Parts: sequence; C-alpha cells; structure tokens
Amino acid sequence: MGRYVIRRLLQMIPVFVGSTFLIFVMVYALGDPVAALFGDRAPDPATAAQIRRDLYLDHPLWQQYTHYMAQIFQGNFGTAFTGQPVLQLMGSAWPLTIRLTIVAVIVEGVIGIILGIISGMRRGRSVDTGVLVLTLIVVSIPTFVSGYVLQFLFGVKWGVVNPSVSAAAPFNELILPGVVLALVSLAYVTRLTRTSIAENTRADYVRTAVAKGLPRRRVILRHLLRNSLIPVVTFIGTDVGALMGGAIVTERIFNIHGVGYQLYQGILRQNSPTVVGFVTILVIVFLVANLLVDLLYAVLDPRIRYA
Amino acid sequence: MDTLLDVRDLHVEFRTRDGVAKAVNGVNYSVNAGETLAVLGESGSGKSVTAQAIMGILDSPPGHITQGKIFFQGADLLSLHREARRQVRGAKMAMIFQDALSALNPVLSVGDQLGEMYVVHRGMSRKDARARAVELMDRVRIPAAKERVGDYPHQFSGGMRQRIMIAMAMALEPDLIIADEPTTALDVTVQAQVMELLAELQREMRMGLILITHDLGVVADVADRIAVMYAGRIVETAPVHEIYKAPAHPYTKGLLESIPRLDLKGKELYAIKGLPPSLINIPPGCAFNPRCPMAQEVCRTDVPPLYKVSQTRASACHFWKECLGD
Ligand SMILES: Nc1ncnc2c1ncn2[C@@H]1O[C@H](COP(=O)(O)OP(=O)(O)O)[C@@H](O)[C@H]1O
Ligand SMILES: [Mg+2]
Repeated sequence: MGRYVIRRLLQMIPVFVGSTFLIFVMVYALGDPVAALFGDRAPDPATAAQIRRDLYLDHPLWQQYTHYMAQIFQGNFGTAFTGQPVLQLMGSAWPLTIRLTIVAVIVEGVIGIILGIISGMRRGRSVDTGVLVLTLIVVSIPTFVSGYVLQFLFGVKWGVVNPSVSAAAPFNELILPGVVLALVSLAYVTRLTRTSIAENTRADYVRTAVAKGLPRRRVILRHLLRNSLIPVVTFIGTDVGALMGGAIVTERIFNIHGVGYQLYQGILRQNSPTVVGFVTILVIVFLVANLLVDLLYAVLDPRIRYA
Repeated sequence: MDTLLDVRDLHVEFRTRDGVAKAVNGVNYSVNAGETLAVLGESGSGKSVTAQAIMGILDSPPGHITQGKIFFQGADLLSLHREARRQVRGAKMAMIFQDALSALNPVLSVGDQLGEMYVVHRGMSRKDARARAVELMDRVRIPAAKERVGDYPHQFSGGMRQRIMIAMAMALEPDLIIADEPTTALDVTVQAQVMELLAELQREMRMGLILITHDLGVVADVADRIAVMYAGRIVETAPVHEIYKAPAHPYTKGLLESIPRLDLKGKELYAIKGLPPSLINIPPGCAFNPRCPMAQEVCRTDVPPLYKVSQTRASACHFWKECLGD
C-alpha cells in the first residue's frame, strides 16, 4: 500500500506540471499581462520594462514557469494587479467555496442515495419511474438556468431565502446555492445508487443473508447497502474536486466571492497571477481527491489491494 | 421414525416475460430426522427451486408457490407469519450453496459472517460471537482458524470457502440442512474431502440432510434415500441400495447408465437422448415420454401418478413393473 501511494504521488508530478504549464502558457504567453495591467492607457515604456523584469517576463517561458512554481512552493502566489496579494484573495475565497462544496456534497450524498435506494428497491413501480423522469429533467437543464429559476422562485417570488448570499456566507444561506451546485451530480448519484442496488439485490450473498434468517433491516443495511454504496461513495469522492472547480456558475448567480468568482474575475480582467494561482491549487485539490478516493476504495472493498 | 420435513404436492411457477415457467409441478418428498435424502436430476429439473421454496428464499416475483404444503417439525411453513418463518431460517434449517465465493459477502470478514448467526439468533455480543466463529472454523478443520477469522472470503481457497459455508450452516446446529450441489464448484481433488466433512458433521449432529446433486457417484456413499426429479416432479424415490440394483423408472435407469464406469472403459458413454422439456411448454402425458425408450401411447396422453412400488419405493412410470423386470 505504501509503495502504491508513493507511485501515485510520483505519477502526479507530470500531471501537475503538464496542467499548470498549460494554464501558465495560456495566461502569460497568449495574453499580455502588462497591457492588461494598464487597461486602456498605454504604459510608459520604461515602467513597462520595469514591470516585466519584476514579473520575470523578460525571461524565456520555461524559466518564467519554473520561477513562478518555485515562488508558489514557498507560499508566494504573487500580487494581483489590483495590488492585493493573491494569497489574501485565496484566504477569503477558499473557505467560501469549501463551505459551498460541503453543502453540495451533503445534498448530493444524502438525497441522491436515499432517492437511489427507494427507486432501486421499488424497481418498475411508479416511485421508480417518477425518480427516473425527475433525474432526466435535472440532467438536461443547465446549471445557469436551474440556478436563476430557483433563485427567482425562492429568493424573489416567495422570499424564503436571500437571493444573494451575504459576504460572511453562513451555512444556512448556502443551502439553495448548494442544491443548485449539486443538482446534476445529485441526479447522477441517484441513478448510480439505483443501478447498484438493483444489481446487488439479486446477488447470491444477499440470498445467503436471507437464508441465514437475518432480519430484513439487517440484510439491507449490512449486506445489500454496504456493497451497493461502494461505487457511489467513490463517485462522490471524485466529484468533490469537480464541484469546487464547477462552482463558477453557481457562485456568480448567488454572488458568492469564492474560488469560482475570483477565477472568473481574474480571467475577465486578465489578472494572470490570480488565475494561475487559483488553478494551481485546484489542480492539486483534484489530484489529492483522486488519490484519496482510490485509497478509500481499497478500504471499502477488501478485494482491492494496490501493490 | 420422526418425519422432519414433509413436502406435499408443491407447485412453483415463475411468471416471466417469456411466459409462465412451471419449475415445480407437484413435488412430494419427506425427510426423517437424521436421514440423508439425495435429490437427483438434470440441471433445470427444479431441485434448487424446491429447496428455495422450503427455505423461504424464492425470488418473488417472479417466483410463486401456487399449490402445496410444506410441513417442518409438524408446523405448516407456508402459513407461518414472516417473522416466525425468519426465526426458522438459519436456526432450525440451514442451506449450503453451490458457489461459496458468490454466496459469501465479499466485503465482510468470514468471522463477521459466521458470528452474525450468534449475534442475530442468540443475542450474543460481537466478542463472544467471534470466539464462537473461531471454534466453528476449527470444527470444519480450517488451519490457523484464530489467525484467519478476520480474513475475507476471497483470501481462502475454494475448498476452504466451502468449509466456511458448511460452518455457517452448522452454526446453530439446525435440524435440517439443505446442501445444493455443495461440491460442484470445487476441484475434483477437494470434492471428496468436503463431502466427507459434511457427512461426518451430519452424523455427529444427527441432522436431516437434503443433498442436491447430479453426481450419482457421491450419492451411493452418503445418502439413505434418493428422490429423482424430472421437469419439476419426483419420478422415483427409493432407498439408495435398491435404486442402484433395480431402478423403477426409465429416467433413473438412463441416469445410472450414464455414470462412467471403469469396467466399461473404452466403450462409448451412454447418454439419455434428447433434451429436458421447456418448462413453459411441458409435453402432455408423462413429461419424459419424448425421450423414453419404453414410451407407449398411454405415456403421451396420461400423466402417470406416483405408483407405490413397495413399502419404501415409488415410481411415476406407467410401466414401472417392466422397468424393474429387465
Ligand atoms: N429466478 C428465476 N427466474 C425465472 N425462472 C427461474 C428462476 N429460478 C429458476 N427458474 C426456472 O426454474 C427452472 C428450474 O431451476 P432450478 O431449480 O434451479 O434447476 P436445478 O434442478 O438445476 O436446480 C429453471 O430452468 C428456470 O426455468
Ligand atoms: Mg440448481
């Protein structure tokens, strides 16, 4: 197992370098960060050259990249063109996004699994069909549509919640955005749970559990669910990274100044240090989440042994 | 002798998209306390379905018991309340499945799965149950039971896994065990050992045993009586030594002749011609008639009842006398 983890960590290096280098090239090489900094005003050439030196922009691209990464690993993410240190932006943005993601994961996990179990155990009945249709509808509506519609209904028309989240973004204000963010994954978790339950209900070991004279509750919870939920739990684990990166739309709709919002602003204003910094962290979150999921899989299913 | 289990005129059908498959069509058999009944028959003849109906683990839907009664220790199982029925399962009657790898839960340790019997039926603590699990594993002669009690099914060999299945069935010393082809999935080399263990434990605990198999070789050594099934019916029952000497049904005769024998080595192996009937469309008259070398006109029209051949034997063949005779 230890060896497997080391190998996986080593495998992460090229993925990390590749993806961050790509984003670096796109942001620094294809745009002109100095021009972006000055907006419509033409910069004084001497100042521009000074800034280029400060930002290492007078070096070849690969040197710029290595310099930048070296800085990052020392905890220096640079300064946004607004003058705010990127680290400070992160300090305010990440907690919001993490909180939003927690809400979304809970929503997709709890509701998705419950719906999946219900329809999996009542295959072919009306509940099952109803859930199936519902998940199809949810999957086919893009987040920005469902987001604005729910915001309008709950926030404006019925006034149940605040249409936009306050700066502190307490958990209770994040429920509606969390649901919006979770919707598509929620539908997927429901389908995955349903299929898995349906497959395992007919499994021999479930029949054995019944033949042992175990109460129905125990057969379902300890034997059927324990096996059926393995793929579901691993999916939700992988989804954590995707949810964080995918919160851009949701955060914009509900005016949450999280990672997605900062990234969006950064791209709009060609604020290179912000974009590269946030994306780098997102890449790391993604990679680590995937590794953890693989390890979790081995814990849940003793047949999986990584060598 | 005490009748432990009495199955009377049991009918089971599966209502599927392709039609109604009549898997069991009036099975009658009984097992006395401490007795071994071997149930023989080609695959698809309804042996497992009958066993599932007795255990109360039929896939339902699509399976339905449409007729018949099952008496176990005097009680009518089919009219028992669900909870009462559950308490019988595992404790009073237990089942050993063919493929232990798929029949054991892959994500629970064997210790947990064995101990569960004591936790659920006897209300034991997990710790005590674990100790009992180790004893059980010792009893079925799994080496280093104490160290291996926390292992998972896939970490054992096929033979060891089947021993664990046997241990699980024996855990609460039930009065009846149904073993559904317990050695079919095993290597030939370990089949005999596992069968021996099963027979030995059965003798020791004086349990009734229903041994489902299509291996006639196994039967002669361990069974007291044989019931032969064909297309969901019992076509012949008899004490084991009598049936080998003189079968009273052409199907039994065909089965016996298809056992490979050393003295006939080199000669072509006999096989019953044709295929078992589709259970959705069972032929009229005797279900075996299209394949029977002795079939007459009456066989194509009249379903043979179970004729009494002797005090201990019965045959569902219009011509059982002729069959016995030659
Ligand atoms: N779960 C099921 N669904 C539909 N049909 C079934 C099912 N189980 C058994 N059957 C039907 O019952 C017949 C007898 O099966 P079975 O009792 O398993 O035969 P065997 O004598 O080989 O144990 C099968 O051929 C099949 O047509
Ligand atoms: Mg079978």
